[in-house]
Amino acid sequence: MASTEPNNAAQKGGLSGWINARFPLDKMLREHVTEYYAPKNFNVWYYFGALALFVLVLQLVTGIFLTMNYKPSAADAFGAVEYIMRDVEWGWLIRYLHSTGASAFFIVVYLHMFRALMYGSYKAPRELLWLLGMGIYLVLMAEAFMGYLLPWGNMSFWGAQVIVSLFGTIPVVGDGLVEWIRGDYYISDITLNRFFALHVVALPFVLVGLVVAHILALHEVGSNNPDGVEIKKTKGADGKPLDGIPFHPYYTVKDLFGLGVFLTLFSAIVFFKPDGWGLFLEAPNFEPANPMQTPPHIAPVWYFTPFYAILRAVPSFFGTQIWGVLAMFGAIVMLALMPWLDKSPVKSIRYRGPISKLALGIFVVTFVMLGYLGLKPSTGIYPLLARVFTVIYFAYFLLMPWWSRMDSTKPVPERVTYDAH
Amino acid sequence: MLTKKTFLAAFAAGLMMFGAQGALASTEGVELMDAGNDIYSKASLQRGARNFVNYCLGCHSAKYVRWNRVGADLGIPDGELKSLQFTGTAPFDTMQSGMPAESAKRWFGNAPPDMSLLARSRGTDYIYTFLMTFYADDTRPHGVNNLALPGTAMPHVLSGLQGVQKAVMKSHTGEDGKAVSAVEKLEAGDVGTLQPEEYASFVRDTVNFIEYIGEPIQTKRRDLGVWVILFLLVFTGFAYLLKKEYWKDVK
Repeated sequence: MASTEPNNAAQKGGLSGWINARFPLDKMLREHVTEYYAPKNFNVWYYFGALALFVLVLQLVTGIFLTMNYKPSAADAFGAVEYIMRDVEWGWLIRYLHSTGASAFFIVVYLHMFRALMYGSYKAPRELLWLLGMGIYLVLMAEAFMGYLLPWGNMSFWGAQVIVSLFGTIPVVGDGLVEWIRGDYYISDITLNRFFALHVVALPFVLVGLVVAHILALHEVGSNNPDGVEIKKTKGADGKPLDGIPFHPYYTVKDLFGLGVFLTLFSAIVFFKPDGWGLFLEAPNFEPANPMQTPPHIAPVWYFTPFYAILRAVPSFFGTQIWGVLAMFGAIVMLALMPWLDKSPVKSIRYRGPISKLALGIFVVTFVMLGYLGLKPSTGIYPLLARVFTVIYFAYFLLMPWWSRMDSTKPVPERVTYDAH
Repeated sequence: MLTKKTFLAAFAAGLMMFGAQGALASTEGVELMDAGNDIYSKASLQRGARNFVNYCLGCHSAKYVRWNRVGADLGIPDGELKSLQFTGTAPFDTMQSGMPAESAKRWFGNAPPDMSLLARSRGTDYIYTFLMTFYADDTRPHGVNNLALPGTAMPHVLSGLQGVQKAVMKSHTGEDGKAVSAVEKLEAGDVGTLQPEEYASFVRDTVNFIEYIGEPIQTKRRDLGVWVILFLLVFTGFAYLLKKEYWKDVK
């Protein structure tokens, strides 16, 4: 619709004309790249969506090469990873890119989600965009969890053992369900094989599908921005948003710069600290899976620890521990409900009052603290702290309908704020 | 405004958390000594390889490590490598131990662990402390105990070099009111063929080699990393200039 030379693509000669008469190539490029109008006032927080897409591709490509040399069997998996690390040409680099990429994925996704919380990007008309994003986040967690079993280290084994047995807390069907997931009475060769199938085939398919839907939904409703102003409301005579600029070339070159910064930091980890201080590759995972020997302290990988802390913080009632499991999944459901919990008339934190700013600040501290506590053993002051922060975590969401309405607001400008430089 | 400042603050907070995590990651029990090994010293690694083959490989395998890779990485000539290689025949064979696993289990209670990844799972300081803190203990089957791994099944195979240290005990009242005795410090007992500092350096070389086999690529990885980061800095600089050029039009 926004094309300046409407529908003459079919008349063009050459290969391009031939293709466009049969496939909407130019049309798609226009709609999603050269004539997708994005607000011109994006700040540093708006790099992380593109970076998440980059890391997804990185994981898919490095994953393909890992699969070529990996052996999904309990007898061979651990040795296969060492074979990749030692004998496969550049195998060590592929493996470190993939293992560091997993953590990087969660870092950029968490920053991407925080951006949405700050600028109200989940509010109407972007509720479905937000829900698709939450779907990506859930699948990403399943993908990471199953991938973590594949090196078949001792932490892989015991981490899977602990997390899978959570389903055992479900009344009546629990025990049967756990056996069904594992395919065995314990985490075994059979479990490894099915997790491999899910990790390399099923879940990546779902993930890519959801990402495509997420981007299509974004391009349908248009990007939010740090001012929370809808740029589509102010259009010029040509029907284009006055505060919008074409995604290409403006944001492609900007994201190229962002990618450079990201890759510099990413490479610093890959080449100089690939174990991520014991957080990305945990020391006990350099010992092969051993059902007879529990690691001294089992903790999931860092990106799961906020939810793991919530799981452990909730005590058992009525002889069942299911409350902790419900709280853990509830913590993720809370995030998905954001569009309906937030009653503030404005989107961006810039035009909200002190209550919203304080609440978001407290929430960030809470999430980070829960992440920290999830890494620690349940001794001393830690369980009490985990309970306090769990209560604060849920209070942030459950009380939001009230505090978001109570909070004062500042007038939202008609146009985005932007200083040319 | 919540822009770069907030972002940088969040980033700094993240880094601090990582730092704190690293500092807290230590093993329970004895305070670990600093291994102080230098992974870039080929001479130390060569001595470590010799020590490892002579004193460790009899019982401990390094089943992911290939002989010819060690030779190539450490600059050991083929002829010399062959004299070291007492297990396997082909240069690309891995370092298998001379002891059958079943006999090991019968003799020591459990099979000696494979050494390929010990430095990555336990850390170099731990291995160094372990090899430094054997002491005489008549209650143990092999007559020695260890501070880093109390109740270890491993005999003090280096006692000929280090001698056997004696433990100075001290007793204190435990939480249950009973007297508990614990090792206060170790002091020289029977002497070995090496002076204490010679022995420390022997252990340091050995630990160095064990760190090397944990990840044979590690020095090359870091060397390559410097060039990758330099390239990316230049790339990012040009990307920034390109962005500025394009964004001149945006008013």
